[in-house]
Amino acid sequence: MTESNNALLGEEEVVIETILNGRPLKHRAKARQHLADFLRHEIELTGTHLGCEHGICGACTVLIDGRTARGCLTLAAQASGRRVDTIEGLTVSGKLAELQEEFFARNAAQCGFCSSGMLLTAYELVSSEATLSRAEIREYISGNMCRCTGYHAIVDAVEAIMARRRRS
Amino acid sequence: MSAQAASPTGIGARIPRRELKRLLTGHGRYVDDIKLPRMLHVCFVRSPHPHARLVSLDVTEARRAAGVAAVFTAVEINPKCEPFVAVALNRPGHRSAPQPLMVTDRAVWQGQPVAIVVAASRAEAEDAAELVVAAWDPLPAVGDQLQAIASDAPAIHPEIADNIAFDFTLESGDPTKAFATADIVIEEELRFERQTAMTLETRGLIADYNLGDDSLTVIHAHQSPYQMQEIFSHHLNIPAHKVRVTAPDIGGAFGMKLNVYADEIATVVASMLLGQPVKFCVDRLESFVSDSHARDHVIKCRIAVKRTGEITAMEVDDLGAIGAYGMPMRFNVAEGMHLAGLTGAPYAFENYRARTRSLYVNKNLIGMYRGVGFPLACVVTELLTDLAADRLGIDTLEFKRRSYRPKSSLPCVTAGGQQLDSVSFHECLEKLARLMDYDALRREQAELRKHGIYRGIGIATFVEPTAHGPSGYGPTGAWVSSHDGCTLRLEPSGAIRCTTSITDQGQGTLTGVAQIIADSVGLSVEQISVSGGDGAVGPYGGGAWASRGAATGGEAALRAGRKLKQNILALASAITQTSPDQLSIVDGEVINTRTQQPVISLAEIGRIGYFRPDTLPPDFEVQLSVTASFVANDKMYFMGNGVQASYVEVDTETGFITMLGQWAVDDCGRIINPLLVDEQVRGGIVQGIGAVLFEECVYSDDANLLNGTLADYLVPMASEMPDIFVDHVETPERSTQLGAKGVGEGGLIGAMGSVWVAVNDALKPLGAKVRHQPFTPERVLDALARARKEAAE
Repeated sequence: MTESNNALLGEEEVVIETILNGRPLKHRAKARQHLADFLRHEIELTGTHLGCEHGICGACTVLIDGRTARGCLTLAAQASGRRVDTIEGLTVSGKLAELQEEFFARNAAQCGFCSSGMLLTAYELVSSEATLSRAEIREYISGNMCRCTGYHAIVDAVEAIMARRRRS
Repeated sequence: MSAQAASPTGIGARIPRRELKRLLTGHGRYVDDIKLPRMLHVCFVRSPHPHARLVSLDVTEARRAAGVAAVFTAVEINPKCEPFVAVALNRPGHRSAPQPLMVTDRAVWQGQPVAIVVAASRAEAEDAAELVVAAWDPLPAVGDQLQAIASDAPAIHPEIADNIAFDFTLESGDPTKAFATADIVIEEELRFERQTAMTLETRGLIADYNLGDDSLTVIHAHQSPYQMQEIFSHHLNIPAHKVRVTAPDIGGAFGMKLNVYADEIATVVASMLLGQPVKFCVDRLESFVSDSHARDHVIKCRIAVKRTGEITAMEVDDLGAIGAYGMPMRFNVAEGMHLAGLTGAPYAFENYRARTRSLYVNKNLIGMYRGVGFPLACVVTELLTDLAADRLGIDTLEFKRRSYRPKSSLPCVTAGGQQLDSVSFHECLEKLARLMDYDALRREQAELRKHGIYRGIGIATFVEPTAHGPSGYGPTGAWVSSHDGCTLRLEPSGAIRCTTSITDQGQGTLTGVAQIIADSVGLSVEQISVSGGDGAVGPYGGGAWASRGAATGGEAALRAGRKLKQNILALASAITQTSPDQLSIVDGEVINTRTQQPVISLAEIGRIGYFRPDTLPPDFEVQLSVTASFVANDKMYFMGNGVQASYVEVDTETGFITMLGQWAVDDCGRIINPLLVDEQVRGGIVQGIGAVLFEECVYSDDANLLNGTLADYLVPMASEMPDIFVDHVETPERSTQLGAKGVGEGGLIGAMGSVWVAVNDALKPLGAKVRHQPFTPERVLDALARARKEAAE
């Protein structure tokens, strides 16, 4: 269409050094590759999903240095020198397992496509040790689209963990 | 069904969905997670114009780009596939132009595929797609149904000069006389904008044509592998038994992944041409112009009532804009037909007229989406009856009590021709009134109005035809099976493997099938594995469409379970020399029914059956694999029903609508798993709320999509959604042993009705009415401004 050669832009490779799910990783990636594609295609961790690739749906949410981030809006190169956690890594940690158990018990997921992102957002929320109202929980998870559940059961799951924290 | 469950995890048990463990730990396997050796990736070049002549198409530079294996256009792709002419054989006058896979000389919607770039990676395919040069000569586009039906409208297809796909009229009784003699007639015009299913996982497939034996395997995010096998076989001329379609984990479907898409079939053709596996996963941006759309109707409707409150007639006149072609297999005239058939269904009246015209426009194709035309019928019916009750000064709840079809009139055929037998309108309504505390909410509403706070209550009654029998699609000529099957195999370990023709995109049907088998054989669900979604293995069936999984696939599972149980007991009888009628199976063990003592375990049955049949009487036939199939041959469908309520607040300064609460009482017959049913209802409700408040594919008058990103197309997020309270009435389906009806769509159907009525209820004291979905703040403010203007005049 135009004279410029877009195909070459971002094709140069960079070396990424990160702590991925608790383990050091050194891997090459194209400069233009976003973190979610890097995880899915290069590392073959396909638990992180892509729903829109423009930062809206939240399916690609991962934790970078413990904070939620959009895997589709972060270049893989930006994760270099940082700690990255995905659904696969956090499954073994106590907190997420507890969340997953609550999601499981309430059917707070159906197709499962949003779940990796939704669980990581919920993980960040319950890790904050705050006790929130249902409306506040809803607000907090409103960057994660779920097309199946109607959200009620997800709010229930987060609320159950907060209530358990309060009691203990 | 016997009241005594043979398994604590069987029918009626509120157990978690087993498949979720895998999905919640990141171990799901969706199409885009799968890599095959030598697999290539595609990107489509699509028409940027809604209607334009393709003057020239130059792919030479794209073919030379890095990583590119091939660039195909209509020249290579179209000859390999017989074009689709999506008309129902049993509907004279139904017309569609033949749909080719790729644009030849003229594009008829923005997004129609023009070229397919095949490369080593999706990124390289996208880069090369930018190098395809197409020259277009734009033509006048038909932007909506009102344009399409105008006498001077351009014809989208020369052979269909009036743009009418189908014109259908239904009449019963004497509606003309009834309207002429009515005490009160209320007439409205409603508009429903286009929306789309917006599954979080986009469409996708991997086509793998094997040149060695000329066989085709497709890993397809599709609700019906069986339907797609027929299509690939017939349209691509491959023997049916050499086509295998399997469905992996699917990230939501909602009917949208039931349709037939030209780009998916072109992907298969690309694999045939190259002899390599080819993956196509739709990019979100292209999903907006290529996933099937839904709704898009302008509906005139009216109701005639007597002063006593008796409804005497209803009428609807619908114009639906169905896109540029008919939808293959699924026929996008269905929404209008459902509207015509179902309007007024819960209410007793005799005089009725319905007309629906489906019109071609230069837009993406309308296809199946949750509820299809049922929610339109619900909105029309419940808005009109609510307004009638209001005009008569009768509380809307009381009006419904008086006007529903009485139980004593069942079974009956409605004015729209629908069969009602085991419905429960009155029970659902009374339960709902208690669940929501109707009287208290009405008092609160009245009190707050005094303070300038405008809240509304909407009640919506709905019917949900589910699990359609063969009379629906059969005569149309479509390759759509209404028959479902289940194969069970006792393993040597005493566990059971099940293969079902039902597919699961998140509903939890496979867990439900396990529960049915647990009950019908007599063991725990932990001892049963269920798989579905492989079109080449196990019994033939329909997959997931029209909420059939639990109802028809479940019935097949029940019948297969009973057969297997008989065979197991026959074998147990031969081993133990006990009469089979003194044996039963409880918790995985054969017991003596008189002594209640275990006689032999299923593992022992399996061991002897498979490894030591030589110890059995020589003429004994070991049959530990059984198949049963089921089709609802004598019924149009199993009719579910329910009532929902919405409580909303409208901010009259900003036009914003806040959902304060939603309640649902649903009757889907026998409930296999209350947890999964509740969540189906809730999920449907949120899609219904989204439809009324947010979702719209916004098009310019000349058919250019204006909001093709997820930032611009609004979907419900958690913060806008209310808590949703669900309860049930259980009226079993009479024609099956299981008694289950479907439940996938009722949530959406009822919620669309109740939100429409609630918002309009809130605006009643201001004399304003919103009749244009979605109810955006702008449309609400316009409605308020119109009301103020009318009041001033």
